[in-house]
Amino acid sequence: MNVSLSQLKKAWATAGNAATCRNRYFWGHDTAIRFSDFAAGTCLGGRCGDLAGKSVLLATEDQLAAALALIELDGVAARIVVCPPDIGDDQLHAIGSAASVDAIVSDGRPLLMDKKGRYPHFVCDTSIKFGSDVGNGNLTTEWILLSSGTSSGMPKLVVHTLATLTAPLPFGNDPCDDIVWGTFYDIRRYGGLQIFLRALMGGGSMVLPDQRESIPNHVERLQRRGVSHISGTPSHWRRLIMSGTADTLKPRYIRLSGEIADQPILDTLRSTYGSGRIVHAFASTEAGVGFEVTDGLAGFPDDFVGRREGVEVRIENASLSIRSDRTALRYLNDDAQLMNPDGFVDTGDVVERRGGRFHFLGRRSGIINIGGMKVHPEEIETIINRHPSVAMSAVRARKNPIVGAVVAAEVVLKSDASITPGPDIEAEILSLCRQSLPPHKVPVSLRLVTSLQIAQAGKLSRSNA
Amino acid sequence: MPIRDTILKQIELIRSGKGKAFPPLTDDLPLLDSGLDSLGIAVLVTRLEDQLGIDPFSDAELSSPPVTLGDFVRVYERVAQPA
Repeated sequence: MNVSLSQLKKAWATAGNAATCRNRYFWGHDTAIRFSDFAAGTCLGGRCGDLAGKSVLLATEDQLAAALALIELDGVAARIVVCPPDIGDDQLHAIGSAASVDAIVSDGRPLLMDKKGRYPHFVCDTSIKFGSDVGNGNLTTEWILLSSGTSSGMPKLVVHTLATLTAPLPFGNDPCDDIVWGTFYDIRRYGGLQIFLRALMGGGSMVLPDQRESIPNHVERLQRRGVSHISGTPSHWRRLIMSGTADTLKPRYIRLSGEIADQPILDTLRSTYGSGRIVHAFASTEAGVGFEVTDGLAGFPDDFVGRREGVEVRIENASLSIRSDRTALRYLNDDAQLMNPDGFVDTGDVVERRGGRFHFLGRRSGIINIGGMKVHPEEIETIINRHPSVAMSAVRARKNPIVGAVVAAEVVLKSDASITPGPDIEAEILSLCRQSLPPHKVPVSLRLVTSLQIAQAGKLSRSNA
Repeated sequence: MPIRDTILKQIELIRSGKGKAFPPLTDDLPLLDSGLDSLGIAVLVTRLEDQLGIDPFSDAELSSPPVTLGDFVRVYERVAQPA
């Protein structure tokens, strides 16, 4: 697989592809781009050639604009820094220096980082112009993805290439033109980028999300385009269920990644989407896609440890380590090593073997220390989520003068007329916790809230109060 | 409700879950004999913070930790109603 995206784009114009590409679209919030129209067109005003060999910072508001620029620039630019929209201007500046950026591509978003006009600025635009002269497009472009931050708040810059990003794609399966992909992820993050690349390279079309629109609005667009394959984090899916619009969609393929998929959310999706295939994937920006679990059960079978389908999985100090051609290559701005000398990426996700399965306990970095006893907030959330009235929950550390920290829970109840928020339900949930957990893991306080914050990356916000 | 009663009620609540008989809550009862281990006391302090809005133990001026139940109650009373 050595074809760059810009070369792939050119190939859409050839006779053999033209027919299918006329029926393939990227649907943005208010613009639709047909693949065959973009094949001989440009979103960069025909200036793509000026970016040949450059290190390009791609910072657009619009996801469709970003998608088109990625296609046009892969194989042409030496490096593309793929910025999600929530990166502030001060951080962009630091990212720009760390990645030796020498040009900016945006869709007109005013960039304070460049008020001195130091960088050549290119506008990318979803109104396609004819003409694309990009040379042969055979560079191996570095894709720089941003991974959640270091202690200083500066994101880590993770180096991928099209080869590492597309290694998990199921090539060889028949390209299926009737697939319509949708995702709740921003396509400028690893989880969303996977879906974008699947739509692009595997056949089919895609409805691009827009971070500025409401959930019902997004769901309406997904429904209108007949979305068949949808991906998101478990938090995204819980939010969809809570919005009351989940049953307007009829996906054949339901994908979860980025957080622990617990049994309650898998069961809820099963009962909502009947015969659809439910897949939860283990994936991270650094480790790539490790594996996919298709049996509808939380955790993963213990025979996933070892070598399967080109991915080696190892459990080291209770955490999952992965070696494959899908992992990122290195960090650009961090002294930390992305992988061990033997090529394994330690994911920091702690697992425990129960029966014939490994279950995820949580992130090693998220452990709460209660008088020396270690607790993963996720394992408590999993228990709380088992209560039939609970839609989602968040467990956080609360400072305590006696044992350092105790756990506190915030719970969102399902919006169901038969559920009355109040002390009775609180007591039921706590009693469920007492039955299932040792005393130090039982939340000391439990608060019913109407919503929980989901961070830009689609995961539950875990900053401790 | 007076602070003392709030505290006694919370201790009863926490230890009632353990299904054992515990000594009566008198002022000279050592706190650690009350049926609360250190986690239980941590829970008690958190609940009292929620109910009374004060956490005297996060106060650096507290020189020696309370030993008896009476000491514990007085710590709260002192912070709630400074002399």
